[in-house]
Amino acid sequence: MAKILTADDSASMRQMVTFTLKGAGHEVVEALDGKDALQKAQKAQADLVITDVNMPNLDGISLVKALRSLESYKFTPILLLTTESALEKKQEGKNAGATGWLVKPFNPDQLLATVKKVLG
Amino acid sequence: MDIGEAIEATSGQDVAVGTEQYLTFIMADEEYGVDILRVQEIKGWDTATPLPNTPTYVKGVINLRGTIVPIIDLRQRFGLDTVPYGPTTVVIVLKVLGEIGQRIVGIVVDAVSEVYNVSTDDLKTAPDFGSSVTTDVVKGLATVEEKMIIVLDVDQLLKDSELVIDTEPHSDAL
Amino acid sequence: MSFDLTQFLQTFYEESFEGLDAMESALLNLDVGDTDSETINTIFRAAHSIKGGSATFGLGQVGEFTHGLETLLDQMRDGRRSVDQQAVDLLLRSVDCLREILTALKDSKDFDAERVAEVGKKIEAALGVEDTATPVPPNDVAATEGAASIIAAKGWEISFRPHVHLFRTGNDPVRMFRELESMGALSVVVDTAALPPFANLDPEESYLAWGLTLEGDITKTQVEEVFEWVEGDCDLTIEPMAVDETVELEAAPGVETQAVQEKASTPTAEAENGGLPGSAETVSEQTVVETKHSSPALTSVAHPVDERQEQRRGDDDRRQSTKSADSGSIRVGITKVDALINMVGELVITQSMLNQLGEDFDMSRLAKLQEGLTQLERNTRELQESVMQIRMLPISFAFNRFPRMVHDLSQKFGKKVELRLSGEQTELDKTVMEKIGDPLVHLVRNSLDHGLETPEARRELGKPETGLLHLNAYHQGGNIVIEISDDGAGLNKERILAKAIERGLVSEDENLSDERIYELIFQAGFSTAEAVSDISGRGVGMDVVRRNIKDLGGTIDVTSLDGRGTTFTIRLPLTLAILDGQLVRIGEETYIIPLVSIVESLQIRSENVNIITGKSEVYQLRDNYLPIVRLYALFDQVPDNTVLENGLLVVVEGEGQRVGLFVDDLLGQQQVVIKSLETNYQRVEGVSGATILGDGTVALILDIGGLITCSRRHYGNLENTKWASAKRTAAA
Repeated sequence: MAKILTADDSASMRQMVTFTLKGAGHEVVEALDGKDALQKAQKAQADLVITDVNMPNLDGISLVKALRSLESYKFTPILLLTTESALEKKQEGKNAGATGWLVKPFNPDQLLATVKKVLG
Repeated sequence: MDIGEAIEATSGQDVAVGTEQYLTFIMADEEYGVDILRVQEIKGWDTATPLPNTPTYVKGVINLRGTIVPIIDLRQRFGLDTVPYGPTTVVIVLKVLGEIGQRIVGIVVDAVSEVYNVSTDDLKTAPDFGSSVTTDVVKGLATVEEKMIIVLDVDQLLKDSELVIDTEPHSDAL
Repeated sequence: MSFDLTQFLQTFYEESFEGLDAMESALLNLDVGDTDSETINTIFRAAHSIKGGSATFGLGQVGEFTHGLETLLDQMRDGRRSVDQQAVDLLLRSVDCLREILTALKDSKDFDAERVAEVGKKIEAALGVEDTATPVPPNDVAATEGAASIIAAKGWEISFRPHVHLFRTGNDPVRMFRELESMGALSVVVDTAALPPFANLDPEESYLAWGLTLEGDITKTQVEEVFEWVEGDCDLTIEPMAVDETVELEAAPGVETQAVQEKASTPTAEAENGGLPGSAETVSEQTVVETKHSSPALTSVAHPVDERQEQRRGDDDRRQSTKSADSGSIRVGITKVDALINMVGELVITQSMLNQLGEDFDMSRLAKLQEGLTQLERNTRELQESVMQIRMLPISFAFNRFPRMVHDLSQKFGKKVELRLSGEQTELDKTVMEKIGDPLVHLVRNSLDHGLETPEARRELGKPETGLLHLNAYHQGGNIVIEISDDGAGLNKERILAKAIERGLVSEDENLSDERIYELIFQAGFSTAEAVSDISGRGVGMDVVRRNIKDLGGTIDVTSLDGRGTTFTIRLPLTLAILDGQLVRIGEETYIIPLVSIVESLQIRSENVNIITGKSEVYQLRDNYLPIVRLYALFDQVPDNTVLENGLLVVVEGEGQRVGLFVDDLLGQQQVVIKSLETNYQRVEGVSGATILGDGTVALILDIGGLITCSRRHYGNLENTKWASAKRTAAA
């Protein structure tokens, strides 16, 4: 199963994402914000990064840019968790190098479906 | 008899519907019973740390695996003559339900006796003892093997109001 | 797979309340006209998280309310809206509303829906005024649906020509093809025309193009969705496969479906149903799929409704379960947890070392054993300290509410106040923190109401118009000290004294020091506020404040300078779980006196003992006379001796008074773990709790304040009669 790095400043969202992914047998590394995610991403190679957009320290879009600049994350799928009211963020995220997105609110099944789409 | 084993043995067996099990103990030649489901354990008497400003029947507190548990002398609580504690003297540790939830309290009795099955039908309301303070703690009387057992309501027995601090100054001070 | 989202609610509530606190303090820091983007960003993020979480976890009311708020903040963040006092006030009120809604949901109670609606309207109104590009709700889904729900009778012909950088987005054509394959019969033709000669080939770039045919009853939307993420990263055409006529879904069931979709897409419908985790898009998607299989539209309608009912039932269950699960949790920094894990690691090492040593022990290895035991002791102590650390939180948690409170109250009282907070990072036990909140609120209110003067009065006195209220915290010994000081009028001695005489608290001819006069404000039923304001006159007096602090094992003192201000100083133990104690012995019993209460211990010299009116004993210690409390008498114990000279006097302080406790012997000093007597028994006067000593026996911990009250009753009121006159006689 895959190693997934998930970044969200909201503990409840992190909990839900982690719980869901672990339930599906994935290994999950949690990060509290973009900066934390960037550090953790470099410590251990993730197969997939799922990140929130609005985060302190380093926002999701900047995280994507930063990750894409790393040799080891050039082609790694990165999913943005974005809200309906921030549809323009999708384009911004894409421009930064995000693979795709999942629109909040989502439920665990939708999350798993999306992850499956990326990881095959 | 090892009461611990007795409890183990009896609590495991199927009990007929409408039957309750009581642990009985002896005090001043009378046999009293308490609902066995309320008995947490039985232990030998050991010294308790006395608590100031409390009724005399509160012997103090003991350490029960890290929990502070008050110990009540049931003879004194019932106004019976006190006898020196001897080798059969035991503390029955009870789970008591009060206004603030469950509490653990130990009662000192002369000796434990038996575990009996008592059918709820056999439990007769106790006659009115008049002004006796102990009436409300008697749930009923049961006859088992031609003996009378005074069944106690442990919740009433150790009701919050019964544990109220004696705030009167001790007359013997100074 | 079905998931129970309620398990995350507790965390959601916790972080939401934290978020609201953060919003509040950021709002209060937001000066009017200021567009410090980071501050606004912080506020926005908090609102955004609450909105996202509430939608995810099915709390519709919250999401609905937060939506407008978020939009408002978004406009501020982008500089499209100015930050004025009105807006800040509205945002603060919104924070209050959210807090109320969340608290109500958490406790399964009702909230003031009217007030919430009112604030909601205000937000709408504010948004209406600006009326700039409000984000379009996803209503357009339904609009595009008409075109998107076209299905080709046979299938689709897709031309997919990725741009060279496609791989850099993490997308993989193979993955997309696999997805298409799951929909119908797929055939793929690869176009290698753009492939450069091998020498020039950059493996990180994409040169291939594909022509695909997908057969089956598939909507264009479904196909488009597969390529959704690569839109703009490729040239894509999707054409109906054959010349067969395409069928537009204008048939009767289709129309019905359309209506349902629209309903499901309206935000209000979603909110009414307590918020459906599946977004509007999902619902319509489902509907289309169902219709495609030409099943009656009704079934596809029934499905989401069922789900909603399920959801609502889930809501009820959740309310029940959160209520019982709300046993109070604590969020701990990872560093603290890591420290703990390290220590447990060390403990395990020590344990295995001791194990080995014990396997074949002889006296030659005694030194090694002692060393091991010392190590064990150190490990245990460190572990204990670290575990205690988990309960420690910075006092900012208690201070955070004050900026808002001072903001509101100063407006109410027509006063200008600068609130200064310092030492916010000082840590104290979570339980202590929870219990110190109310007393602090009372003291701050008191300072604002009675302490600080109006700007006019201050101007006349030659003081700056803006009064200063300072909350400070720091550690001192094993205590945390919290100071609440103002530069207001100071306590009015004359008025306090007059009131105290009127209330019969002191007699007219008594000559009291300033300190004693100030102390009077802590007496029960004492209040000097001339006009009972709705803020301070709540029937909660300083006596309650002092009692609350006392219950925490703390003390409160007041100092005041006429016209210069008042300072309240609260001293609290850092934790309620552990106490530094002095073990003393009376007969066979061991008692524990909190070290903080001990002034000194001394051998009694008979020439210093005076007996007043033949009964009460006092001990002359330098210039003071201390009442002697024979603890054995108070506690009804049999002591080793009753002759004062043969015992020891432990001078303790509590209730603002010093007394000497007569004991048989001093044992050692040690940290003891406090166990409550109330768990299985109840409060006992003069005793604050119990502990278990090394030998397993129980020792009582003395409550000095309670003990003094108790002894006063024993010996008559020493304070106001014999004791006071003894002091005067001595002074004369």
